Amino acid sequence: MRFSTRDQVKRLACRPDDPTIVGVSHSQDQVRTFSLLGGDGWIDEPIEPPGDVESEEMIVNMGPQHPSTHGVLRIELRTDGESVLQATPHLGYLHRCKEKIGENLPYYQFIGYTDRLDYLSAMNNNLAWSMAVEQLAGISVPRRAEFIRVIACELNRIASHLVSFGTYGLDMGAFTPFLYAFREREYILDLFEQMCGARLTLSYINIGGVTWDLPPGFEDKLIEFLDYFEPKIDEYNRLLTWNRIFVKRTAGLGVISKSLAIDYALSGPCIRASGVPLDLRRDRPYSVYPELEFDVIVGRGEAGQLGDCWDRYWVKMAEMKECCRIIRQCVRMMPSGLFRAKLPRNMKVPPGEIYVEAENPRGHLGFYIESAGGPIPQRVKIRGPSFVNLSILPELVRGVLIADIPAIIGSIDIVMGEVDR
Amino acid sequence: MKETDVKVLQEPTLSLADQFYLPQVLKGLGTTMKHMFKVVALGQDRVIQYPEERREDLPVGEGGILRQTYRGVHRLNRDEEGRVKCVACFMCATACPARCIHIEGAESPWADREKYPIKFDIDELRCIYCGMCEEACPVDAIELTSIYDIVGLTRQEMIFDKEKLLRIYDQTVKEEPM
Ligand code: SF4
Ligand code: SF4
Repeated sequence: MRFSTRDQVKRLACRPDDPTIVGVSHSQDQVRTFSLLGGDGWIDEPIEPPGDVESEEMIVNMGPQHPSTHGVLRIELRTDGESVLQATPHLGYLHRCKEKIGENLPYYQFIGYTDRLDYLSAMNNNLAWSMAVEQLAGISVPRRAEFIRVIACELNRIASHLVSFGTYGLDMGAFTPFLYAFREREYILDLFEQMCGARLTLSYINIGGVTWDLPPGFEDKLIEFLDYFEPKIDEYNRLLTWNRIFVKRTAGLGVISKSLAIDYALSGPCIRASGVPLDLRRDRPYSVYPELEFDVIVGRGEAGQLGDCWDRYWVKMAEMKECCRIIRQCVRMMPSGLFRAKLPRNMKVPPGEIYVEAENPRGHLGFYIESAGGPIPQRVKIRGPSFVNLSILPELVRGVLIADIPAIIGSIDIVMGEVDR
Repeated sequence: MKETDVKVLQEPTLSLADQFYLPQVLKGLGTTMKHMFKVVALGQDRVIQYPEERREDLPVGEGGILRQTYRGVHRLNRDEEGRVKCVACFMCATACPARCIHIEGAESPWADREKYPIKFDIDELRCIYCGMCEEACPVDAIELTSIYDIVGLTRQEMIFDKEKLLRIYDQTVKEEPM
């Protein structure tokens, strides 16, 4: 593949001599991803301003310090007055070479680094990595550990959706829901602290199980929290979801059609809001999810159109209730026993490769591990849901007003720690 | 996936009152006021007035710290005779994902073990507080305490040496027995 200078070709990975670099080319009408491994050409010419800049067109940079971009994301907007002609996300402000770090550390030590991928859902990241290594090495996990894992993950899913709900309200100019969401999240963080001693970078789920057992009396505290929290969801719905002002602002905006969502390989609430019932917990069940009863929430688009911002927001709100349902079942079904399989400290993993995906709050988090035997993986590749979901942004913002961009970014719900990795 | 597993949500229909903005504004304000009343009059809030109020002093259910599990600053434990418990086996330094533990072992002057650390430095700025050192130690010599606020004006100050880590043990041993 060759590119013309009108293409905005740029590197996404950090090292210029790395042959596995993936770049994105933004032509006028399409986004193509290519890799230098496939013999694709690389043109290192300076990027020209897109199109012929006319007198009334202007290039505006949104971010990286803009609060509504949820982290260090810079979006280059080509605007005509108030409306956006083209948007190009620029990444890499938070790049920390996670994959390379993974290739230099023993399997169990990378757990601490997965926390910092999508820092709002550390438990789910831990679980995805642990599952990948366990399947590669053929380790079986005790049953109690599986239940503890699911409880931890679903708690983290609630916490993550709460942040998403709160900050989305904040983006739309509603300050109060943000405070309420963070107050409730505080309870969850306290529970995490009792589980594992940390509040954000948890490193709790570990290869072979979980690192520590639940503290005594934890189940009661969990139920107490759920009893307190479930009515709160209805209150949030009264306060924000069905608020006429909020609905007006988000319904019918940033519509992702079913086919577009599938084309861009979206996952998580983004694709479910477009009416595609895709949930790995149900479709490719892992852990103890097959034994649990829960619904897959799918948007229908009655407030506006199917797959609009409001739908994406609403799927998350409704999912929190499902999480509560799952946790209640887990507490009821959890057996006693071992919380971690006995493993040698310097675990040897047989040669081979594996790709494992798990359903994170933001979509499918996938780890690809290639092992040549020994304690350290040879290659680690991370598929971040936020990164893939973000790729649809240039498609969505074409033709909208600048003021609608925060609404669209907020509804896609990205975490830059995972986009940049 | 079976079709019956999928729950399609009924989205809300807006009533006549909802069609106008003013009732919505008032409704929202009502909820806010309710919560404000709870906080101001009944004192039901989650705010901790740090640093006058500290999390260590609160009960666990109300925002306090569960000291046994908290992962804060490290300490080096002493044995019954007050000597450093560590046997300089380098297990913690190997297990550390941030590579922030630096140990120098030496021939031990005591009869009950072969080696002991003459130097034991932990770079608290590099540490990611994962707790893997605590997990790896075969003699429970290194532990994470519930101290979470450490300050230093230079980076050098934040590299804790053996004496400092033992001092933290003396400080915390009462609240967090080994
Ligand atoms: S807590 Fe983790 S990062 Fe810190 S010294 Fe221990 S093993 Fe290393
Ligand atoms: S693992 Fe324990 S005994 Fe071994 S060097 Fe570290 S602190 Fe000392």
